[in-house]
Amino acid sequence: MILASAGNIVVWMVWIGAGFACLASGIAVVSFSNPFYSALSLIGNLGSLAVLYLLLSAEFVAAAQVLVYAGAVMVMFLFVIAYVGPRVETPWAGGPSWQAVGAVLAAGSIFLEIIVAVALKAGGRLSHSDHVNATFGTPGWIGRLFLTDHLLAFEITSIVLLIAAVGGVILGSHTRRAG
Amino acid sequence: MLGPGVAWYLCVAAFLFGTGALGVIVRRNPIIVLLSLEIMLNGGNLALIAVARHAGNGAGQIFALAVMAVAASEVCVGLGLVVAINRKRLDLDVDKLSELRG
Repeated sequence: MILASAGNIVVWMVWIGAGFACLASGIAVVSFSNPFYSALSLIGNLGSLAVLYLLLSAEFVAAAQVLVYAGAVMVMFLFVIAYVGPRVETPWAGGPSWQAVGAVLAAGSIFLEIIVAVALKAGGRLSHSDHVNATFGTPGWIGRLFLTDHLLAFEITSIVLLIAAVGGVILGSHTRRAG
Repeated sequence: MLGPGVAWYLCVAAFLFGTGALGVIVRRNPIIVLLSLEIMLNGGNLALIAVARHAGNGAGQIFALAVMAVAASEVCVGLGLVVAINRKRLDLDVDKLSELRG
């Protein structure tokens, strides 16, 4: 009993740390004027999200998050930012324009709408805890699901990636048009 | 399940989604718009995985992996567009890219 409550406290502390790091780095991504710093704070956001995924016993998704995002996507972002060069754009320059006020209002209303929907539809039912078996979220379990129940999603995902790769090559290729 | 309930994770996911939406609306640099889109997709992913854990069902995690693949594709095409815009010596400003306006 004492062990279980101690574990609970540790999990709460890790959750609070990762959750606040997640929210703070999300705000930092939006509010930095230099895209390079925004990309660096997105790495922090992805890392703290991976911690949250681990708390939700999604080990494979956490590992894939770190590999795919921090490993591949962020390298591409940083490369393009370095290629394009630093374009500093101050987001809140010249006082609050009506566009910025409207944007804050729209984002706040989206946030409130989701919170109210969660509270109204599922507030009571989401509070109880349940137990999952030990294989939940392991790579073998995910792989078995991918190749049995969700084979179509797996194949469609590969086609989407292929089309995106072709599109990226076409957009990046250096063709000289006639005239 | 130790620690906070699923509703707390959903609150964090909603906040992430709202933050990303704010960035998409208010920023003008297309690279930062793409970064904010990543935050929105990650908020959706967090909600999917939290509900998958709550229901004890694997479909949410499968969906989250598919969302990650779609996010990687979107970054590939979006950064290709940024490089193409930069090569044509246009301003990297989504408010000024209005040539397609009818």
